[in-house]
Amino acid sequence: MAKSTPPLERMLERGYSQGFVTDVDSDSLPPGLNESVIRQIVAKKNEPEFMLQWRLRAYRHWLTMPVPTWSRVHYAPIDFNAISYYSAPRSRADGPQSLDEVDPEILRTYERLGVPLHERAQLAGVAVDAVFDSVSVATTFQKELAAKGIIFCSFSEAIQKHPALVQRYLGSVVPYTDNFYAALNAAVFSDGSFCYIPNGVRCPMELSTYFRINAANTGQFERTLIIAEDDSFVSYLEGCTAPMRDDNQLHAAVVELVALENAEIKYATVQNWYPGDQDGNGGIFNFVTKRGLCAGAHSKISWTQVETGSAITWKYPSVILKGDYSVGEFYSVALTNNYQQADTGTKMTHLGQHTRSTIISKGISAGHGQNCYRGLVKVGARALDSRNHSQCDSLLIGDTCGAHTLPYIEVRHPQAQVEHEATTTKISDTQLYYCQQRGIDTETAVAMLVSGFCKEVFHKLPMEFAVEAQALMEISLEGTIG
Amino acid sequence: MLSIRNLGVRIDGKPILQGINLEVAAGEVHAIMGPNGSGKSTLAQTLAGHPDYLVSQGQVLYQGQDLLSLNVEQRAAAGIFLAFQYPVEIPGVSNIQFLKSALNCLRKQRGETELDALDFLADVKQKMRQMQMDETLLYRGTNEGFSGGEKKSNEILQLLVLQPQLAILDETDSGLDIDALKRVAAGVNAFRSPERALILVTHYQRLLQYLVPDRVHVLQDGRIIRSGGAELALELEQQGYAPDTPKDSEDAPNQAPEVSDDDG
Repeated sequence: MAKSTPPLERMLERGYSQGFVTDVDSDSLPPGLNESVIRQIVAKKNEPEFMLQWRLRAYRHWLTMPVPTWSRVHYAPIDFNAISYYSAPRSRADGPQSLDEVDPEILRTYERLGVPLHERAQLAGVAVDAVFDSVSVATTFQKELAAKGIIFCSFSEAIQKHPALVQRYLGSVVPYTDNFYAALNAAVFSDGSFCYIPNGVRCPMELSTYFRINAANTGQFERTLIIAEDDSFVSYLEGCTAPMRDDNQLHAAVVELVALENAEIKYATVQNWYPGDQDGNGGIFNFVTKRGLCAGAHSKISWTQVETGSAITWKYPSVILKGDYSVGEFYSVALTNNYQQADTGTKMTHLGQHTRSTIISKGISAGHGQNCYRGLVKVGARALDSRNHSQCDSLLIGDTCGAHTLPYIEVRHPQAQVEHEATTTKISDTQLYYCQQRGIDTETAVAMLVSGFCKEVFHKLPMEFAVEAQALMEISLEGTIG
Repeated sequence: MLSIRNLGVRIDGKPILQGINLEVAAGEVHAIMGPNGSGKSTLAQTLAGHPDYLVSQGQVLYQGQDLLSLNVEQRAAAGIFLAFQYPVEIPGVSNIQFLKSALNCLRKQRGETELDALDFLADVKQKMRQMQMDETLLYRGTNEGFSGGEKKSNEILQLLVLQPQLAILDETDSGLDIDALKRVAAGVNAFRSPERALILVTHYQRLLQYLVPDRVHVLQDGRIIRSGGAELALELEQQGYAPDTPKDSEDAPNQAPEVSDDDG
């Protein structure tokens, strides 16, 4: 596994006396990042040459980039040399050996969300060899999908089995030059999901990483690529509503979607990473780049997200509307409680003619939470008859939280129509009193008022997610009033 | 059922009610009349438990228990219902969802099981027909964008669905045209029974033509200055509240704490 390292890199490795030249533990690399680490990742994953070259270019570019500081989130600087960049596939033996070892708080949440018993163990990362029903469920699905020519597999598997597709589309929507964390991800990503829907195929079920075994352990640098060929349709669910046990503090994922002519991709996320404790200690930093390209005419990409987790969320699922008559949508609910910080929003870039985009963002702040909507609507010079409608609503619970709305609009076509509406409301004492006078207790009332506020977004979620999202909001809001 | 003894209430330190005494027995309908600012709404809100209204003296017994020691939702569970003068809009929460949530919370507090969803819906629809309300209102946000008449009718619909023991109607008649007034009165009359009591807070006598009270009380400057039978309302209509003092002189004190829904 050892590779000879050029002298320059060897110099850059100073301070890490253990080095990387000799073979290390077969399943993980010691902390630190340099070209040798990237070569080892590629070697361990047996990736083709084009991947190595691409990763190296990304890494070299990353070295030239400053850490971004423009967002409204605050955190101590991350030491990128203190992170181990290869620990996947994480052995199940690392995890808790039984549910007894899992944080009771997490177990209580599973129970309230109604997660079936056998799935609780899997979500919590308990070392179980047989994954109960999921195995057979997954296999059944794989067969049905394969019959339609749909490829749905881990990114690693795609690199091995479908290198041409990967080479063609990887980085085509989010190039490694895009931003600091996207460059880092490109250099070191370990795994993720890959999905390809052939011409004219309507994917017969909601695709979810949940049905891919090991999906929960793909690690902190995850990469997802979804390609929808002409006239195809796919609805994709990311993550799960139950809290994920995870030891990694930094998550820098990249998601790329490509919709060709007349294709439609719906991408829904209900994310509930560990948000840290009530005093703001711990929790995951979620720095994600998600972008879709409406490459063909009449294509459509919809992002729907419900974010209640992470200590810090930094994410802007975006759509590039390149094809004429293409449609981009963004529906978001972001909730921050305790000391959580969220800087989230979207970018809609109208390049093609007659393109349409809709943005509905609902931010909820409670406790000391800080919630920022940041959005860009850009209409290019060619984008005749393009329209955008944005609606950003903020709801404040209590008086120690904050909501911020930062819409950016750049229009280069004289006939473009861009609308932006923003509201900030508080859960009023009057509304609470009215509910209470009808016998509704405070907690139920708050949950009801909040779900009313989020209704337009919840309606966009697939059924099974909508119910869980609602339950999740109730749990996340517990004790915010009174 | 309700026994108010020497009740005094302050808002922001200002005395609004100054020694109210009132006895309401099951089956009775009492009308509280009086000019603006006399303390009528304060009395209604105090009974419901509004946190801004501070009781400075006296006591209130409801079905033998100390009402003032209960919080808002406990009072609701004990059977007290306030029809709001300005019903509150709850965007995004459908009327049917609100009603169901309220009824189930009340039942839970009373140790009863949740109602079957279909039975519940049938019951609500039947009561809407009785109130001549448009069924589509069930699926709109609670009071959201409702007309004045629809809001008031909706309060009475809630009254009929939630079936309290003591209902307090705070100026439910204000802003209603004559047809709406008749519909609301018919709904309230359907609620009347020997086990239940009603307190009607109103400016005008016209509601009392359709909802005949057993007792009428005149409130002025935080005190009940006169009490009588239904005929007292007619007399007031003809002679005004206080023939020998100029009218509309005490509007101010009750304005500030009036419940409003303009947050946002």
